[in-house]
Order: sequence, then structure tokens, then C-alpha cells
Amino acid sequence: MKSIISFELYKIFRRPRTYIAFGAIAALILVIQFGLKVDGQSYAAFLMKDINDTLTVDGNVLNGYLICYILLQLLLVHVPLLVALIAADMISGEANLGTLRLLFSTPFTRTQWVLGKFIAASIYTIVLLIWLAILALFLSMWVFGTDDLFLMKSNYVVLIEQSDVLWRYVGAFVFASFSLLTVTSLGFLMSSIANNSIGPIVGTMSAIVFFTILSTLNIPLFSMIKPYLFTTHMNNWKEFFDIQVSDNNEAITGSILNVAKIKTSLIVLSTHIVLFVGTAVYITKKKDILS
Amino acid sequence: MIKKLFTIFALLFYSFSSFAQADPLIEKVSKKLALVNDYVGEGVMKTDVSFIKASLGKVKVYFKKPNLLKVKKDGGISLLPKGGVSLTINTLLNTKQYSTISAGTQVLNGKTLTVLKLIPTDENLDWVIATLWIDPVEALVYKTATTTKENGSYEITMQYGAYANYGLASKIIFSFNTKDYKLPNGITLEFGDDDAAAKQKALKNKKGTVEITFNNYVINKGVSNSMF
Repeated sequence: MKSIISFELYKIFRRPRTYIAFGAIAALILVIQFGLKVDGQSYAAFLMKDINDTLTVDGNVLNGYLICYILLQLLLVHVPLLVALIAADMISGEANLGTLRLLFSTPFTRTQWVLGKFIAASIYTIVLLIWLAILALFLSMWVFGTDDLFLMKSNYVVLIEQSDVLWRYVGAFVFASFSLLTVTSLGFLMSSIANNSIGPIVGTMSAIVFFTILSTLNIPLFSMIKPYLFTTHMNNWKEFFDIQVSDNNEAITGSILNVAKIKTSLIVLSTHIVLFVGTAVYITKKKDILS
Repeated sequence: MIKKLFTIFALLFYSFSSFAQADPLIEKVSKKLALVNDYVGEGVMKTDVSFIKASLGKVKVYFKKPNLLKVKKDGGISLLPKGGVSLTINTLLNTKQYSTISAGTQVLNGKTLTVLKLIPTDENLDWVIATLWIDPVEALVYKTATTTKENGSYEITMQYGAYANYGLASKIIFSFNTKDYKLPNGITLEFGDDDAAAKQKALKNKKGTVEITFNNYVINKGVSNSMF
């Protein structure tokens, strides 16, 4: 299995396509950071218009922690599309090139090949996420400095102490890895069905867009199925940044408002991963290789 | 005739000057506050606003005569009522540009307090009227209610402890009215969050308060102007 993973990782990182995602993430983050560095104060003033009517906010609001949160909000919606580029090509790409028959004629079983490829694709996904974390969090901390996290949500503001922020980002990135691995496994499932690369990549992207729209629509008819859609749970990394308050409306340092929601989301996402990969293994085992 | 006019003028001048002169109780309070040229107060600040979730934070309050005042949080973001904290009893009385009207007495937390209203005589001052609840025996101000020109109305309630001799409170509570807070989902990217309204409902509260509980004061040791 180890040799399969090494072999597949070698193939992934030899392809120029792999680096499109790294380049796209770097470009987006750097552009947003540049914009916020140059004109961030007017952006912050716009966000804080309602607050400034009542309160004077003193401190470095536009610090690295807030910049990272803004970046994650923008990017974690789109990164799945970049993950699909690689994951959805893992089996179908071999079928397209006619090398799938060759792979399956080796001493390794089909299940080993599929799982090995999935682990390799997962490692790529995690590396992409680490790249995102380095640029979005650590580079932002270096460029913008650190301070308390002043988070402006739709209906309220959360002020998280500086010392209470970093572990939340660790939690958020671990959670995001589950979200992205769900996309990886979906791409993998699509890949196991098709015999060309384009179909599974476009199919995975379309599925993400389709289910994301369903998840964000507040129509009662769709509310019944929303809890079962993986896209509903993918954005719940934000729950790490909402804190409990005491009866005196004092924020409780180190707390998370809705731990149960995070747990539920992790269970739903994990179930999807197991289901998608399990189905991909089943389909591949039964697959009649004609290419 | 001239003598009559002179008498009327003298009476009018006397009545006006007696209306405008500082109340003896205010003088007594001012005298106590005059002992303090500057201070650095260390304490804990609690922000209680309906739409804000904030934890307790350590703060330092810097004051320098006549009316320089700054609240700074130790390494963090502080939220203070807009323009409100600068209107403490020191900054109100140190301007010396006001007229005093007596408004009787009121019982507050078991203490019988003299109520005085201050009306600024300088049009450039930020405030329009201030009401002071003063303990005539201790010469301590326990409550102020100030209406400002641009930043609404504020109430400041004070409790005293070890530094009462200097007229410095051990606890100050700023109360102020808050406006509604709402950001569109398109900006916060919180689409499909069904819980948002429920969370906000749980936080609903009419008034905002900022409490500072002081642990320690460093008095008359000098404060640099750069702090303000």
C-alpha cells in the first residue's frame, strides 16, 4: 500500500495541473491581502458603520486573524473546485490513458489501488489546505500583526481574545480538512464511474455548486433535505469562532457556542467520505475494464 | 430716577450672579477632586451590549487635569461608549464653565443624595445638560446623567472604596442607549444560517453598559501627554 501511495503522489506532483490550485490560492490570497493592506481601513469603516454609531472601537481591528477569517470565508467555498481537478482524475485518468488494466494486473488488489489512490489524493488535499493556512493565517499574521479577533456577523459581533484565537483556527482547519476530503471522495466516486477526466471533474464541480445552492436556499421544501447534504455542513468551521456567553452576557473564554453542531457536521461529512469511497471501491471492483 | 434704575440693575445682577455661581456642594466636590492632578487606574472592564459578545478585559484608565482621559485595554481591542467615557465627573467639573441648579434630594441605594443640574455656559462644550447625584456628607458623586450634543445620553453610576478620599470610584458603570446592528448576509457570507435570528434573540437587551472595576490607582505620579 505504501508503494502505491508513493507512486500516486509522485504522479500527482509531476503533473503541472496540480500546481494550478497552489498558484490560484496564492494569487487570490496575495491580491486580497494587498487590497486590504492598501485600503483596508475604509473596508473596516464600512463594516463597522453601525457599531461606530454607538461605540468607539480602539485597537487593531484589521489584524491577521480577521484577515484570515475573511480569506477563509471567501476561499473555502471555492477550494473544493480546485480539489476536484485532481481527485476526479485519479481513476478516470488511468482509464482514459488505458493504464487502468495495467495497474489492476499488478499483484495489488483493486481495493488496494483505489484506497491507495484515495489516500494520495487526500494527502494532496491536506497539503493544499496547509498551503492555504500558511498564506491565509501565518502570512496575514506577519503582514497585519495580531490582536483580538473582532468578528462582525450578520446580527451580532464576537470579540475573541488574542490568546483564545489560534486554537480555533487549528480546529477550523481540521474541520475544513474533513470538508475538503468529502469533496475529494466525491470526485473519487465520480472518477470511478467515468472513463475520461473531463466528465468527473465537471460532474464534481456541478454537484458542489448544485448542493451549495440548495444548502443556502431558505425554502421550507429544501429544509427537510438540507441536514443530509454535505454542502450544508462544509461551512460549519465558522462555529469555532462563536463563543458562549454567561447570564451576564460575558463571553466565556475558550468556549464554543455550538459544539454539538460541529460534532454533527463531522459525523455527516465522515459518513459521506466513507460512503463515497466505499461506493468507489465497489464500482471499481465490479468494473469491466474495456480501455 | 437714576438711583431707582441703579437699584433695579443691582438686584438683577445679584439674582443672575447667585443663579450662575457654583453650588457650595459642587465646590466641596471640586475641592476633593482637585487633590488629583493625574492618575492611572488599573481595572477590569466588562462590556455588556446586546449585539456584542465580549469577555472581561484588563484596562488602564489615564487621567490628567483638566479633562484628558483615556481608557486603554491591555493588548486588545476595547469597545467604549462613543464620547461617553470622557464625560466623567472630573472632566465635567474641571471645565468650571457651568451654572448650577438645585433639583432637590433623592434616595439612591439607601443614601439620601442632593440632585444638582449643571448647564454649560460655554457653547463649545460637548454636553448640553448634566445631572449629578451627590452625597452632601462625603462630597462624593454617586451618579451622573449627561446629555451630549452628538452622542446621545449617558448615565454613569459610581461606587466608592479605598480611594474615596480622592473622589475616585472603585467601580464605574457607563449606561447608554444602543442602536440596532445588522450586516447583510452578502457581506458576512452567512448564507443559510437558520440559527442567526435565534442567537440574536437570546442576546436581546435594551441598554448597553460598560463597567470598569478598579483594583488600583496611581495618583499624582505624572502621566505623559502622549498617553492621550
